[in-house]
Amino acid sequence: MHRPPLKKGDKMDLIYMDNAATTKVAPEVYEVMKEYFEEEYANASGAYSFAGKTSARVEEARRLVADFLGAKSNEIFFTSGGSESDNWAIKGIADALKSKGNHIITTKIEHHAVLHTCEYLESRGFEVTYLDVDEYGLVDPKAFEAAIRPETILASIMFANNEIGTIEPIKELGKIAHEHGVIFHTDAVQAYGHVKIDVNEMNIDLLSASGHKINGPKGVGILYIKKGIRINNLIHGGSQERGKRAGTTNTAGIMGFCVATKLAKERMDERNAREEELRDYLVKSVLERIPYTIYNGHPTSRLSNNANFCFRFIEGESLLIMLDQKNVCGSSGSACTSGSLDTSHVLLAIGLKHEIAHGSLRLTVSAENTKEEVDYVVDALETIVGRLRNMSPLYEDFLRKEGK
Amino acid sequence: MSQVTEYSEKVIDHFSNPRNVGEIENPSGVGTVGNAKCGDIMRMYLDIDDNKVIKDAKFKTFGCGAAVATSSMATELVIGKTVDEALLVTNKAVMEALDGLPPVKIHCSLLAEEAIHSALWDYSQKSGTKIDGLKQPVTDIEETEEFYKMQEE
Repeated sequence: MHRPPLKKGDKMDLIYMDNAATTKVAPEVYEVMKEYFEEEYANASGAYSFAGKTSARVEEARRLVADFLGAKSNEIFFTSGGSESDNWAIKGIADALKSKGNHIITTKIEHHAVLHTCEYLESRGFEVTYLDVDEYGLVDPKAFEAAIRPETILASIMFANNEIGTIEPIKELGKIAHEHGVIFHTDAVQAYGHVKIDVNEMNIDLLSASGHKINGPKGVGILYIKKGIRINNLIHGGSQERGKRAGTTNTAGIMGFCVATKLAKERMDERNAREEELRDYLVKSVLERIPYTIYNGHPTSRLSNNANFCFRFIEGESLLIMLDQKNVCGSSGSACTSGSLDTSHVLLAIGLKHEIAHGSLRLTVSAENTKEEVDYVVDALETIVGRLRNMSPLYEDFLRKEGK
Repeated sequence: MSQVTEYSEKVIDHFSNPRNVGEIENPSGVGTVGNAKCGDIMRMYLDIDDNKVIKDAKFKTFGCGAAVATSSMATELVIGKTVDEALLVTNKAVMEALDGLPPVKIHCSLLAEEAIHSALWDYSQKSGTKIDGLKQPVTDIEETEEFYKMQEE
């Protein structure tokens, strides 16, 4: 998808730079799903060969996903996505091991699917430690080890952060957990397909992943559960997913997830390199052209597609609307963009003040974006940020203070 | 929930083409109010003549689309009014003039009302003019009774 260079005033197609939110379904994924909707629509639990063919393909898909993670196929459980997997991992372990202990360790920068699940467990008598992170969003392994108590049963630490892209030292954290007999779960929704993961080498007991972040369909994901880990069943009913997660097998979704995983595996290095090139160009251009801008997240231990900025003196929702008017999709951690009016807990956890976090913008590129699109977005940002600053009483005060 | 599609056309218009953005040099009155929770800050400048008529109003706002649009509308509503009339421009009036706001953004309209009050208070202090019914302004809209009523609703 290469576009000719844009002249000023050219009408632009949609520029999608919110790939951490969701991605476009790959044509190969769509093709296989179509087949499972229209032709191979059998209920995988059926007794006839029409169904047997489907269930065999689902088991092949399970094997492919297992191979990708260095796991065994009976350790992969298909779910409806990242949130379900996170909920199952945390509640399922807590419930199964409550006689052993009631303490869980997580971090302040987890996705709400983990944080709100932990808060729910707190209301049910569990104790939860929320680890701090440093200014780059990294968890300190020493602080993690210090937080472990005799009654700690589970640690849940994300592989890579969805807002600032920081990749955590998972292998090291997993090792510490195991040295203390603590089960280690990681929410790898942002990392799966973007970062090489080997669950055994990285000391991971449970791992959540989602299809729609890797050009797969929405509504399907996995929970990896290491063999021997005690966990409560999630959905009671039929014998699907080894009786742990009942419900008619989502064949089209699973086949889509499988093909998306296959493509992610084949294209990972090439795609990461392409995304990094675009991202680095975007970051360089923004920091060169827009003053009073902060680049959030880790400089190197970071997802290839993530850029996160704070533009001082302006507010994120205003920025997003103006970008939208220029056909650019991004996201912000501003309080105004959240239904609850809460500023991003991730940006606050890395030590940003509320008013700085208010002016945040996350752009997550895909390999399909072009340099011309990046140029267009940076042009747009320069204009919009300038306009909003001219409207901002904080900028007025700042200039006055600086004597400008 | 997409914020953009929840706004009325008027809100988007006042956000995209805000009226009366800027500062007034040597204003008759200027006031700034904020809200710690959402982080928005609104500043309003008024130019008031000897007959207590608001000749001009300008604003600067750090905030979301609704905050900018309510500021813009508030300046439009007070220009040409006497200070006593301007005191009667409520958050409801601002909101109605914008064809409504999404529920989560209603507090922004309170910011506009309080910014008017704050600028009028500054004028009344500086000029020694008494405005009946004008109370000492708040610096954060959470200090107002209306804010709490809104939270309960």
